[in-house]
Amino acid sequence: MIRVVIPAHLRNLARVEGEVHLDVPGIPTQKSVLDALEAKYPMLKGTIRDYGTLKRRAFLRYFACEEDLSLEPADAPLPQEVADGKEPFLVIGAIAGG
Amino acid sequence: MSSVRILVGTRKGAFVLTSDGSRKKWDVSGPHFGGWEIYHMKGSPVDPNRIYASQTSGWFGQLIQRSDDGGQTWTQAGNEFAYDGVPGTHQWFDGTDHPWEFKRVWHIEPSLDDPDTAYAGVEDAAIFRTTDAGATWHELSGLRKHSSGHNWSPGAGGMGLHTILIDPKNPKRMFIAISAAGAFRTENGGDTWQAINHGLRSEYIPDPDAEVGHCVHRIAFHPSNPDVLYMQKHWDIMRSDNAGTEWYEVSGNLPTDFGFPIDVHAHEPETIYVVPIKSDGEHYPPEGKLRVYRSRSGGNEWEALTNGLPQQDCYVNVLREAMSVDKMDSCGVYFGTTGGQVYGSTDSGDNWTAIVRDLPAVLSVEAQTLP
Repeated sequence: MIRVVIPAHLRNLARVEGEVHLDVPGIPTQKSVLDALEAKYPMLKGTIRDYGTLKRRAFLRYFACEEDLSLEPADAPLPQEVADGKEPFLVIGAIAGG
Repeated sequence: MSSVRILVGTRKGAFVLTSDGSRKKWDVSGPHFGGWEIYHMKGSPVDPNRIYASQTSGWFGQLIQRSDDGGQTWTQAGNEFAYDGVPGTHQWFDGTDHPWEFKRVWHIEPSLDDPDTAYAGVEDAAIFRTTDAGATWHELSGLRKHSSGHNWSPGAGGMGLHTILIDPKNPKRMFIAISAAGAFRTENGGDTWQAINHGLRSEYIPDPDAEVGHCVHRIAFHPSNPDVLYMQKHWDIMRSDNAGTEWYEVSGNLPTDFGFPIDVHAHEPETIYVVPIKSDGEHYPPEGKLRVYRSRSGGNEWEALTNGLPQQDCYVNVLREAMSVDKMDSCGVYFGTTGGQVYGSTDSGDNWTAIVRDLPAVLSVEAQTLP
């Protein structure tokens, strides 16, 4: 079971509270986790990754285990703690500044 | 008695204002989609309870919402806006070729006869159509593939397609406007388009009379006479009597002819409204006085409408989508400001009251007249 934390606006869209729990077959990666997230909550398609290219939207980042994984390859394995469900995979919105 | 519903899009959510036909007391619901920018909401002319909303965010991109009960509840519709084929390039600020990139939906125009069909005007400029109530959107790419398309360039606010008018006498004919490319017309339902900017003159482009490059802010017509078009250009109020083939200026005695919205009285095709703004560098009313100007002669002769509007220390703006009229016997006129006020008049603009005063900055106002 993979634990995922998404921003409040996306929780509202998906109509969930708190963490999202996903079953992800195989070794979890950014891509497989986000694929599973969008499969379970199709209303999130296009809000984290662009359609077609699946590129991360500019003002979102991916964190886990106190590391910024945003620039890691989409198919790179996520940390073992995420795979084991001990740590969540975080989708973070950039602060607006000001 | 008929009733009126006002759909208000703001920087931080959607609001729905409703009143009976007297339009004296208003109920306010919202924010819907709190925290999101609602660029535009509009209801179907044939099913007013079918409303489409453009919900957007710099973080999370574009969503489309659809209501089938007049804005009480909403269903998320499709949000994939893929350009047809390889989209190519347009001009960028530095003169280089820049790939077309979808950013957001500026305007949604429901079909005149089918509630499941609607058009979306988007940034970077293109027009899309849905025929399944928003589930899927398909580009009418003949517009973007117009021979001038690779020369279009954005204004400071982005290269958005913000105006879509469907000719009620000939729904195959539509008019659109793009900042900062200009106005275009189709006679075949969107397959091919013709630039209709002859007569526009814009000193901020190298060739002031160029075919494209004009920063058109808004176009409006009266449904009974769709050959007569009124335009608020970046500067200049323009009029065409032949469906955009030729334009001439009707700014007349306005204190400034810069502004964003323009609209037409529901029952008087020659009565039009604008909100003059001081300049393109100072987006607020001249002299700190918020004044709607009305022409009952289709332009040139304008009168200031001030009763009930702030006449000192007012420095709000009124954006291009933020004015609308209802169809009650005594025509209602409504507009929203970047200060969060929505003003309404039940007597064609003679007198105004603030329906709400403290919403987030208003992006769009659409009035619906309900049976």
